[in-house]
Amino acid sequence: MADLPVPTLPWAHPLESRRARLEDVSAVRQELSAPVAAVDLRLDPAGAGPAAVAAVVGGPLPERPDTWTALPAGLALRLGPDEWLLTSSRARPEDWEFGVDEAALAHGGSAVDVSAQRTSLRLRGQRARDLLASCCALDLRPASFPRGRCAQTLLGQSAVLLVAHDTDDLQLFVRTSFAGYVADLLVDAAHDF
Amino acid sequence: MQLISCPWCGPREEVEFSYGGQAAVAYPEHPAALTDEQWARFVFFRDNPKGPFAERWVHAAGCRRWFTAVRDTRTHRFVSPSEVTS
Repeated sequence: MADLPVPTLPWAHPLESRRARLEDVSAVRQELSAPVAAVDLRLDPAGAGPAAVAAVVGGPLPERPDTWTALPAGLALRLGPDEWLLTSSRARPEDWEFGVDEAALAHGGSAVDVSAQRTSLRLRGQRARDLLASCCALDLRPASFPRGRCAQTLLGQSAVLLVAHDTDDLQLFVRTSFAGYVADLLVDAAHDF
Repeated sequence: MQLISCPWCGPREEVEFSYGGQAAVAYPEHPAALTDEQWARFVFFRDNPKGPFAERWVHAAGCRRWFTAVRDTRTHRFVSPSEVTS
């Protein structure tokens, strides 16, 4: 029998259907971020665990609460006292999980692939912080939310993970099923700008 | 809106938290040995003080960690545990 091509579903951003509406907003440039491999790491912060994982992912894990550090192809975000989110735009999700899990396991930790859990939106522009602040209670002024900070909080009714890349460059991670709500909320809020 | 101070994330709005009831309710050492009334007392009966009350809270929309906080039930003001001992 002839080899038939295996049908695969092409990947589409969960907000693909809202791309035009997001691009219509002129005050703040809202880009749909490409998917990344992401693992949720649970590990005792004391001891040699974090250093062992850092050697595998190629960069140090953030030490202070609600901060992130850059990895060669992604981010290491501190989500809790014993919890990190490690992303990579280069690695395959299963390889990323396997590598981190192997390092964490030796120190009593674990890593789980959560690549499909969140989707991401990048907000750029001078009004990006104002736009987020219109539906978020956190103090997002550059002085208290500078580059290097991240925070899990509520944006409208939805839980989000905010990442400050720069004064006018923020990234927003949101659960895939809530992404439509958040995008609609931001487009609506941007009418005021 | 009232701010609650999460030990990990710092002060956040009240809506990000969920309430977990009275803190330090010890699980019975020998549950099987309890009478129905004693079991009901463990499961359902809680203190209801007028004043400082040690409670469990979870930062549900943030770091998802449980912590114990002392709240004055008259004023809803959160006090540090050291304040309540006097």
